[in-house]
Amino acid sequence: MSTTINEYKRCTLVTFEGRIDSNTVPAMEETLKGITDAGQFKIALDMSKVTFVSSAGWWMLIETQKHCHRYNRGELVMAGLDERIRKSLDLVGMGSYFKIFDDAVTAVAYF
Amino acid sequence: MHTVIFPASYESLESIGELSTQAATEAGFDANAAYEVQLAVDEAATNIIEHAYGGEGRGDIFISYEIAPETLIFRLHDHGKPFDPKLVKNPKLHLKLEEVSPRGLGIFWMRRLMDEVRFEFSSDGGNTLTMIKNRPSNRLKTATDRSEISAQDQ
Repeated sequence: MSTTINEYKRCTLVTFEGRIDSNTVPAMEETLKGITDAGQFKIALDMSKVTFVSSAGWWMLIETQKHCHRYNRGELVMAGLDERIRKSLDLVGMGSYFKIFDDAVTAVAYF
Repeated sequence: MHTVIFPASYESLESIGELSTQAATEAGFDANAAYEVQLAVDEAATNIIEHAYGGEGRGDIFISYEIAPETLIFRLHDHGKPFDPKLVKNPKLHLKLEEVSPRGLGIFWMRRLMDEVRFEFSSDGGNTLTMIKNRPSNRLKTATDRSEISAQDQ
């Protein structure tokens, strides 16, 4: 799992690559915690290079979403989510917790 | 039947994912359905590591799969603590963001992604989780199917 962070005027864009599962979740969680600890709660996640997201991955992202939403200070949105991943998310009833954009440019422009 | 033994650690999840995707593709599932199989098997393997063994590096996971005429069957076997799925309450769904939690959702996910999920325990033989997914109805999707049919025609 490799990670790139780009800070923009109105949000932070984080690009993850590879699998998001119980093996890689801790490092990803630390990355996102670093961003929110720095006071950045408007986060766009570029998921276009993510190949798999397990339930542990989704729970970590939901906890981050809850944290960003608190006091209406921000939100975590996603971009470029693979169709297979998105469909499975809807199948298990979790699709409504994130706004999902087609690409990173659109996701960043949302903020 | 193909059986592979994996160390019960999170590092194994990627290889387990490759195995389940390969099996699903071989069974003729499309990309979406193959992903569902991968997700279900990953959930099962992760639960074995966390709950049956209580952590990484405490045993092995034996994973086998069988492509039957109408189904893909996955079996995950471990020698950890038994688990009673009846003790897990059905999760509430469509909750607000603030209310949602992972409690009880693992089994729900497996049952949504696969067509049948069975848990079997024995006091000395370990635990076996069987997950079955119905294969697509068009049986000409795999090279194996096509060669079977052409062999029958001869």
